[in-house]
Parts: sequence; structure tokens; C-alpha cells
Amino acid sequence: MSELILDNIDNNYVSVIPAAEHSTAAVEESHEHLKYTVETENLAVSFFGREAISDINIKYRSNTITAIIGPSGCGKSTFLRALNFMHDLTPGAIVSGTIKIHGKDISEYDMTDVRRRVGMVFQKPNPFPTMSIYENVVAGLTLHKRHKKSHLDETVEKSLMLAGLWEETKDRLKVSAMALSGGQQQRLCIARTLAINPEIILFDEPTSALDPMSTAKIEETLHILKKDYTIVIVTHNMQQASRVSDYTSFFFLGKLIEHSKTRTIFTSPKQKLTEEYVIGKFG
Amino acid sequence: MYYLLIFENTFTIIETEKKIIRSSKKFSDIVFENLTLLFAITIIVIVVFICFEMFKDSAISREKFGFGFITSEKWDSVKSDYGALTFVYGTVVSSIIALLIALPISIGVAVFLTELANSITKTTVSFLIEILAAIPSIIYGFWGIFVLAPFMRTSVQPALQSTLGFIPLFQGATAGFGLLTAGIILAIMITPIITSITRDVLKAIPVSQREAAYALGSTKWEAIKMALLNAKSGILGATILGLGRAVGETMAVTMVIGNKAQIKESLFEPAYSMASVIANEFAEASGGLHVSALIEVGLILFGVTFIINSLARILIYSFTRKAQAR
Ligand SMILES: Nc1ncnc2c1ncn2[C@@H]1O[C@H](COP(=O)(O)OP(=O)(O)OP(=O)(O)O)[C@@H](O)[C@H]1O
Ligand SMILES: [Mg+2]
Repeated sequence: MSELILDNIDNNYVSVIPAAEHSTAAVEESHEHLKYTVETENLAVSFFGREAISDINIKYRSNTITAIIGPSGCGKSTFLRALNFMHDLTPGAIVSGTIKIHGKDISEYDMTDVRRRVGMVFQKPNPFPTMSIYENVVAGLTLHKRHKKSHLDETVEKSLMLAGLWEETKDRLKVSAMALSGGQQQRLCIARTLAINPEIILFDEPTSALDPMSTAKIEETLHILKKDYTIVIVTHNMQQASRVSDYTSFFFLGKLIEHSKTRTIFTSPKQKLTEEYVIGKFG
Repeated sequence: MYYLLIFENTFTIIETEKKIIRSSKKFSDIVFENLTLLFAITIIVIVVFICFEMFKDSAISREKFGFGFITSEKWDSVKSDYGALTFVYGTVVSSIIALLIALPISIGVAVFLTELANSITKTTVSFLIEILAAIPSIIYGFWGIFVLAPFMRTSVQPALQSTLGFIPLFQGATAGFGLLTAGIILAIMITPIITSITRDVLKAIPVSQREAAYALGSTKWEAIKMALLNAKSGILGATILGLGRAVGETMAVTMVIGNKAQIKESLFEPAYSMASVIANEFAEASGGLHVSALIEVGLILFGVTFIINSLARILIYSFTRKAQAR
């Protein structure tokens, strides 16, 4: 059983914040709490007592796209999954620290409510195999309660439109989701997430299993989604990070090394480690 | 074998002429293919042979009673008047009762084992279920006679009568031995099979599916509902296996069903099943017609099993096809 231990150790706070993160926060966002959709303080996750990430202090403004980069195993997925309580399902996982959504501590929300506000798209497309395209899109709605058909129809069209899949599927909504290509399935998963109308959408390497065309389509979608959502995307692809994101966080060995405007990260990072990673010296 | 080889080769040649591209086969492949084909054919031959034998040996009965054999409730060896309806009724109804009881229990236990139990409970319960499945049916029968039937007579049946007694199914004398008791014994016997297959089907659902459900804000129950929906064809398959066992079960049913060839509204009444009547009467069957009639009952039992399995296949097929339809 995992549990969320919420202890905010203030005296640790200053010492562990990387310098760059600190200055970004100071210069650009002042102190208006409600402008941040997501904030973490001293966030740490351990598996069976082994710490995977620790001392993560980060703030995400609404209507921005943040890319999370870093070498494999540095804890990007672990961080992302902490943001929507996903570690509850992982045996041996313990999450500690503070996560705030709209300035309100995550523990004050109902767990399922958090997951509805914080949507997640996984690395591997995972539509429900026994459901049709239509049923997949509205799965998040119909699971909870009955809805009017007209409302569902509307949601399906809107979500598929946003995810850029409407044109390809509007004539075969009753067909199994498994009949779609990998890229289409991933866009279906995006549509499914959009259907429950979250505020934040987390993407864990959403295009790593896809071809360049599908990738381009999804990146396009990200840009459209930015208008209404806060987006966090884990990616191994530096070009992708620089193409799609406004901010970039660099993770290394379970720590947040640097968080700044994407342009800064890629042209003049404050940390040597970041620079070495970005120019491809390791990772 | 030789013939098959030749046949296979001509077949290949014909196909190459049609410009169907095929890699040339190695000799060992050809041997292997034909060997497995032979095994497959053996199974078909056995089934056909059994059918044929039963059909042949039931000739006297079939000629005498014709189709009426299936619709007649009479089973009288003194007057040599035989009909199978009571046995078909006993088998089908006791199996349905078994399924109605076993299915929800099995699904519940399987869900508990895959989604909720901690590992110690999981191991213990799984072990006990395997043990239950391994108990010989005669032991179930004994338990039925000495424990279940008296308990049914003194507690369960009176309780059912006083609460649901307005339904004809639960009226009449509370004898202990009868359809309901047989159904319950069968339920206990098929629960392990259905449980363990359902558990395996649920376990086979990838973590990514589960996570997808949770990421959409499902509660635990909603995620489980989702998993069950995903697994429905597998669960159906498990159910059919259980039903197959219930229909064919002989010993335990014989010991508690009451062995009376009759069709009554009440589930408390004794009845008779197809397998039971064959087991009970075959050894001392009086004369050719009696034996022939029993063999025809066997033939019908075979047919019922066949129909159940076919229906199940059609159901599973329509489920999976719906999911794959383009
Ligand atoms: N369920 C788990 N149980 C135990 N350890 C885990 C678990 N999940 C992750 N870890 C450990 O946590 C660390 C961070 O893993 P994580 O999956 O977050 O890395 P990542 O940055 O997403 O890597 P990648 O880029 O390869 O996806 C790794 O050392 C990993 O072994
Ligand atoms: Mg990862």
C-alpha cells in the first residue's frame, strides 16, 4: 500500500532549490499563487524505500507547455505520475512533499477528482480494446454516470476534433479502437482524456512509439490544446522539446537540475550539467 | 501417411501454378505437419466413432419411440415405456441452478483475488480453490448426503419457503434431497474452475488498461467494472467450462438429486439427471430395449453438451467479433 505523506519541511526548502529555478520564479512570475496551475514543494517519491526523485520544487503556469527532459531512469515518469496520484497503484511507492493544484493542496481534493482534473496520456497508446472508438472517447464519462446521448455525441465530436482525429474516424465511430493505427490510437487516447475536461494534461513520451507524421500531428494538437490547458510533456527528443514547449525542466538522477524558459535551456543554460545534456554529451 | 504426403505435394504444385507465392517446405516440416494433422484427425475419429456407436446401439429404442423419446416423461421398465424428458429436465435445471449460484460467487472471488487481496490472502485462497477443484466428486456426494441435504431440509428450505414461498419453485415438501440440493452441490463443484479461469483472465489484462481507467478518474469499483467488461469473453469461456462439468457430473448429483423420474414445479422435489440414470440403471438393465433407451439418453446428453458448447462458441465469437469489427 502506498500513501501520500504530506509533510512540508520548510527549512529544507531554500537549500535544495536549484539556483536557476529560484531566479526564474522570482523574475517572471511574482508571487501570485493562483496563476500557477501546479506547484510542488519538496516532492519526493521512493519505491521500496529507495528514493527515485526528491526535492522537486516546480511551478507550472496555466496555458503553458512544459517539457521534461533528462536521461533514462532520472525520474521523469515518476514525477509525472506523482502529479495525478498514479503511484497509488504502484506497490512499494511512497510519495511525500506537497503538490498544489490551483494553490490548493492535493490532499484536500478527492483522489478521483484530482485524476479528472489532471489527465494523463501514456507512452504506449492504451485504448480500451473491447470498446468502439465512440465508447473509448466517452469512457471517462460513462464510467461515472449516465449521460444524455446528445451530450455524448457532442463530446465525441468535440474531443476528436481537438485531438485531430475527427476527419479520419467520423464515418466509423462504432468500429473497434483496435482497428486504428498506433498514431490514431494515441490521438484517440488524447481525445479520451480531453472528454473528461481536465485542466492539466500530462503526456509521458506520447510520440515515442509513433512515426514522424503522427508525431507532427500530435505536436500540432499540443499547440491547439495550449489555449485551454496546462500541459506537461516528458520527451526524449530534444527537437520536440524545443519545438513544442514554453518551459523546460531538466531532471538528472532524481533531482530537478534546472527549470527555465525553453529558449534559455537550449541556448544559455545556467547549469553545466544541463548544457552537457542538451548538446548531447551524455544521456 | 504416405497418401497424405502425396496429397500435400500435389496441392502445393497446383497452388504454385496459380502463382501463389509460398516458400518451399523442408522435409521435416512436412513430416511434422502431417503428424499433427494425424493427431487432429484421431480426435475427430474418436468423436465420430462414439457418436456412431451410441447411435447404432440405441437403434431399438429409436425405432420404437421415435422422436417422442425426447418429449415423453415416462420411464417405466416394467411396461417397457421409455422417455428422456425428465432426465433432460433434471440435468438442465440443476446445471442452471449451479450456474446462477456459482457465477456471481466466482466472479466476486476472482475480483477479490486480482484486485483487492494482499499477497498472503491471495496465496491461501488460491491454494484452497485448487484443493476444492481436486476433491473427487464422490466426496462431494458424501458431504451432500450427510451435511448438505440435512441442512437443506432443516434450515435452507424452510427459510426459502417462508420468504419466497409464494413462488411455486419454493413450495411443497422440504425433503432435503432434490433439484435444489443437486444444483448447490454442482455450484460448489464448478466454482473453483470458473474462479481460477476468471482470475487468470483478469490477471492477463495489462497494467496499462488499468492505468487508463484510473487516469480517467475511475474509482476502484469503476476500474474493476472496466476490467470485467474487458474480460467478458474470457469469463464466458470459463462459465461454459463450468457448465460443461455440471452437465456431465454424475456421482455427486446421483447421490443428492433424489433419483425420481419426474418433473415438478418445486425445486425441493427429487428429480433425476441423464448421467445419473445411466449410472444407476445400466448395470442391471432389463433387456435390450432398456439398454438401448439408456444409450439413447447418453446420446441426448452428448447432444446437449454439444449444443451448450456451440452456443458458447457463437456467443464468444459474437463478442469478439463486435470488438474487432471494422
Ligand atoms: N514501479 C517501480 N518500482 C520500483 N522502482 C521504480 C518503479 N518505477 C520507477 N522506478 C525507479 O525509479 C527511477 C526513475 O524511473 P522513471 O520511470 O521515473 O524514469 P524515467 O526518467 O521516466 O526514465 P525513461 O526515460 O526511461 O522513461 C528508476 O531508477 C526506476 O528504476
Ligand atoms: Mg519514463
